[in-house]
Parts: sequence; structure tokens; C-alpha cells
Amino acid sequence: MCLAVPTLVKSIDDHEALVEIGGVSRKISIWLTPEVKVGDYVLLHTGFAISVIDQEAAEETLRLFEEMALEDDG
Amino acid sequence: MTTKPGQKGIRFIDEYRNTELSRRVIERIYRRSTRNIHLMEFCGGHTVTIARNGIRQLLPPAIEMLSGPGCPVCVTANRDLDRAIALAHERGVIITTFGDMMKVPGSRSSLQEAKAQGADVRIVYSTLDALQIARGNPEKSVVFIGIGFETTAPTIAASILQAQREGVNNFFVLSFLKLCPPVIKALLDEGEVKLDGIVCPGHVSTIIGSHPWEFIPRDYAIACVVSGFEPLDVLQCIEMLVAQIESGERRVEIAYRRGVKAEGNQWALKQIDIVFEPCSALWRGMGEVPQSGLCLREAYERFDAERAFEIDPGPTIEHKGCLCGEVLRGVKRPTDCRLFRHACTPEHPVGPCMVSSEGSCAAYYHYGADL
Repeated sequence: MCLAVPTLVKSIDDHEALVEIGGVSRKISIWLTPEVKVGDYVLLHTGFAISVIDQEAAEETLRLFEEMALEDDG
Repeated sequence: MTTKPGQKGIRFIDEYRNTELSRRVIERIYRRSTRNIHLMEFCGGHTVTIARNGIRQLLPPAIEMLSGPGCPVCVTANRDLDRAIALAHERGVIITTFGDMMKVPGSRSSLQEAKAQGADVRIVYSTLDALQIARGNPEKSVVFIGIGFETTAPTIAASILQAQREGVNNFFVLSFLKLCPPVIKALLDEGEVKLDGIVCPGHVSTIIGSHPWEFIPRDYAIACVVSGFEPLDVLQCIEMLVAQIESGERRVEIAYRRGVKAEGNQWALKQIDIVFEPCSALWRGMGEVPQSGLCLREAYERFDAERAFEIDPGPTIEHKGCLCGEVLRGVKRPTDCRLFRHACTPEHPVGPCMVSSEGSCAAYYHYGADL
């Protein structure tokens, strides 16, 4: 029910955006994320972007996982 | 290792399904875990991730995972389901709903059965689709069945604001919206389940942020970590919970940093606040919980199906033998229910926990978590 999936914003027209999800384009509402820009990834929930994905935080989390794995090996 | 745009796979999903990294996290959990603890995953989405990936079986036996009430379809009470079904039988009404609701049995029937009997019930993917149906059918009253938590509430608020801007006057919402922090408080005050840590819901927190969970470590000394929905996310969250518990710390942390900010989505919260106000709500298994629902404010009453229609659903009948309420409170497992896999299956569900894709009973059934 609270499912939301990451999607790439390809273009923006007023309160709507064209996103790509699994190779398919569709129109979504960006009414709830006025700060969104083309090239951002958003979390898509029932036709609405509900947040812009923090790409830096995402990469940091993954780097942390890899560093911890290396430490475990060391 | 990370998927870049243009490569096969879905970015921000595939990376968090990495088997090798998951194995490493599990090893660290084994090294850190020294005592018996009870963790609750509040959200049905997490229940599915845990069941689908066999996470319960991969964890040290000392870590007990309990499922919580975080499934909006499951917690909708029979009384409210009956109201939606009664409304579907009203002349000139088109019911629009998320697909999950169709098969959920109320006291006497379901929306699907109402549709089979001739009611106009349509599945929509978004509130904006419901609004579109209203635009296309000006002679009908189009009612959206507003189920969901804080994640969905702003999308329903947005549709009402949009209807108002456009002057669409045949669009209504029957709000069964519910709020998560008050029900967790009610669950903890009840004292039936003893918890050491809570896997806090990711996409609810995307909207409300992490601050609304702070009463849990403060008042109940229970560790809280907000989690994403991929297996690596959930394992990371469990590792952080174990680390807190083992070190004696109790606080709110965010593991799902790519999707959740401490302050949440303030703009979305504002949209909710413009249209809705907190009110008492009836939860399956929990009963009436004060300030745990969202009702339309007076300024938007013309969109409120509650006020626009006289709904007489008849007396409420509970399903005999169904343990859905106990399962939602985390005091029983689906396998404790005599109906599970026998009288109650996804094809012939007795209770909503077997209907919703994220219901605990459905998750146990589909992924053989009981086998």
C-alpha cells in the first residue's frame, strides 16, 4: 500500500513530469515535490512523486556497506 | 557494482539486493547479537521483504521478528468496509478504489461482489484517475475510497485541492485514512507485546520524517530505525537496531537515508493539513484510537462522502475464527490461526490479512514463511 518505486524524471511540464520506469515512460504528478528537477530520481507512489531521492546519501550508504565488508576481511 | 542509468536493472533498487553484501550484514548481526530480543516490523511492505527473502530464517534464533499493524487494507474495520460497500449500491454512485480493497470481505460481501451485483466499482491506480472519472461522468457522484497512511494522505489531499481548483463538484472522498504514530503508541500502551526495537515504516517517514517516532525511545525505551524496502535495507536496519540494543542506547535512526529526511516532506504535510484534521479512527484489532485518523476539514466538507450521503451499512458482523486482529497486534502469527491455509486462502480469504498483498497472512502463505 505504501509502495513507492524510484523513477527517473525525464521532463517537467508545470505540475506534471514524464518519468521512466523499467524502460516505460509515463506521466506523473509532481505537485508534492515542487523542488524536483530533470535528471532527479523520485519515489513514485500512486501516480505522485512523494520525494526526491538523495543520491549522495544513497551512494554513501553503499560505500559504507563496502567499507564494512572490507574491514571484516581485514 | 552500482547500476548506472542506461544499464540493465533499476537504479536505487538493484544495488540494495546485493547477495554478497547482505551476507556480510548477516554475519555482523550474528557477531553482535548476544541476547534474546523482539523486533517489530510495523509496515506490511517490510513483512513482504522479510518473507520473500527468508530473512526471518537467516537471522540468529535470538532475534524474533513480529509483524505489526502497518497494512492499511488490513486495519480497515468491517464497519468501514460495510460503509464503502453500502455506498457502492447507491444509485448514481461510481466507487473508485485501489485494487487491494476489491476482495476484502466486509460483514456480508465485498466491493467485488457488489460489482458483480451491478454496482459501478472501478479500480484506479491514482486519486487523479478517480478525479478524471469524475470529470468524464458529471451526472454521477464519483467516490474515492480513501484508505492509506501518511504516505497516501497527501495524494488524496492533492486530488481534493485539484477538484476544488477546477470546480469538479461530483468528486467525493470517503476517508479511512489513518496515522501511524498514534497506533504504535496505542499498541505499546496496551502492553501485550514486549518490544526491544521497531523497524519504522520507510515511506510513511518519507512524508512525516523521523521526529514523530522520538516518543518511542524516550517514553518506552525501544530502539527505532527507519528502513527502506529492499533486503539490504531491512538487514542494515536490523543491524542498527541490534547495535543500539546491545550498547544500551535507545534513539531514532534513519537507515533509509536516500528516501527519508529527518524533517520529512514539509510541503506534503502542509497539503494534508490544509484538507484534513486528525480525528478518532476505528482499527481492526485495535478498536477506536483517538487522533489516529484523518477527516476532511469543514472548509472541504463538500468533498466529504460522509456528509454528502446517508450511509446505512447495517449491523457489523465479525468473521468467526479469524485472528487478523491479533495478527495485526503482533500477538499471534498467521500460523496460529486455525483458518490459515484451510478455510482462509488468497482465493477465498476470510480476513483482510489474507487479501492484501502485504497482509501478514498473504506473505506467510505466498512465501511459505511457515513451512
